[in-house]
Amino acid sequence: MASKRSFLIPGVDKRLLIKDALKVMPDLTRRRFISGGASLGALTLLTGCNVLDSEAAEGLLRKVSKFNDAVQAWMFNPDALAPTFPESAITKPFPFNGYYDVDDAPEVDGETWKLEVRGLVDNKKSWTLDELYQLPQVKQVTRHICVEGWSAIGSWTGTPLRDFLKLIGADTRANYVWFQCADKDGYNSPLDMASALHPQTQMTFKFGDEILPRDYGYPMKIRVPTKLGFKNPKYVISMEVTNDYKGGYWEDQGYNSFSGS
Amino acid sequence: MSSLAAADSNATREPAKVIQPAWVRTMHWINAIAMIMMIMSGWQIYNASPLFNFQFPKSITLGGWLAGALLWHFAAMWILMVNGLAYVITGFATGRFRKKLFPITPGGIVSDLKAALTFRLAHDDLSTYNYVQKLLYAGIIVVGVVVVLSGLSIWKPVQLQYLTALFGGYDAARYVHFICMSLICLFLIVHISLAILVPKSLRAMIIGR
Repeated sequence: MASKRSFLIPGVDKRLLIKDALKVMPDLTRRRFISGGASLGALTLLTGCNVLDSEAAEGLLRKVSKFNDAVQAWMFNPDALAPTFPESAITKPFPFNGYYDVDDAPEVDGETWKLEVRGLVDNKKSWTLDELYQLPQVKQVTRHICVEGWSAIGSWTGTPLRDFLKLIGADTRANYVWFQCADKDGYNSPLDMASALHPQTQMTFKFGDEILPRDYGYPMKIRVPTKLGFKNPKYVISMEVTNDYKGGYWEDQGYNSFSGS
Repeated sequence: MSSLAAADSNATREPAKVIQPAWVRTMHWINAIAMIMMIMSGWQIYNASPLFNFQFPKSITLGGWLAGALLWHFAAMWILMVNGLAYVITGFATGRFRKKLFPITPGGIVSDLKAALTFRLAHDDLSTYNYVQKLLYAGIIVVGVVVVLSGLSIWKPVQLQYLTALFGGYDAARYVHFICMSLICLFLIVHISLAILVPKSLRAMIIGR
């Protein structure tokens, strides 16, 4: 009996088989974001119909999420500042967070790195780190809130994104600023223009008054204290001012796209 | 709709009293479905970053993983909020809350609680709530309001920062939200147990009498 349970195919360990299978198909399973039929079973029993285990339910949930984007855009007050905190409130150590281990975090060479600028802007010149460091910087001590629920207070210093957008002659009537990152899986994320122009939205070069360490997104992070953490891209390599919704790493997997705080 | 209308016209001809009017029954069951969706998806969301040293078993959660659970939670919240708001407004406007739930006196609660715990509390007249029921039903409405407000403070700690501050900040609001969920679950245990013990109360919530 015991051997039957642990060996689905004679001689093959079920756990190892599942492990290997998962390695082959991580993306497909992730994209079906309301997977896990078993967990829906209880509700199916209660409602007496199988509405939940269908593409229709998934489609409906995506529609409601789009509606929630619109509601949040309507709620967003461009003048409302995220609460700020004294330096003593900074969380130490500030947690590293990513879909990879800290050892797998991108290692960007600041000497050769250039910020690429594309899309609806007058000046498409790329920016070296030294050039960006010349721009006026401001510091903020704000709360980073993760989509998972935890939060941590950190100190970020950098150039307000709206100043930079003005400098490069960006069309601020465009819908989005779309960021791309140096992560191995090509992290990217769209930021709605209203949030991009918020006074606290920042091109961050320092954490805790020190050059942004690799753990927190060296050489540049976009700090958006009015958004959940995953809308604050790290290891940024390019930004594109665009009217098109280009999707994002987590957004495509089901996280609400606006995700405002 | 036609069956509801027929039931109402029967009620006027026959002496049998309508204990739960149609609006209460409708909103009760809409709330029940929305609340279960909120709780089950909420447990999945909790599991992503537990406040305490435990997680909810995946088999009793909704959404499969964090993103799915968040989609369910932020979809069902509209049903819960719109229905809940309509219920509270109608409850005050029709005078039902005033007639059914008030006054709640400490003396009444003590004597009815004693009777309830010794299984001597009568349930002859379902149209009148005893003091334990009054306290629980009024209390759960308050908890319902707090669970929505604490949820809004977690969802929008910048746009609704004054509300979040009222709960003692973002992290404290998460605990308030969790405690309200726990109170609702405790209420559900008592509420469903008593509905099973007094089946005619369940019947009244389905067909009105």
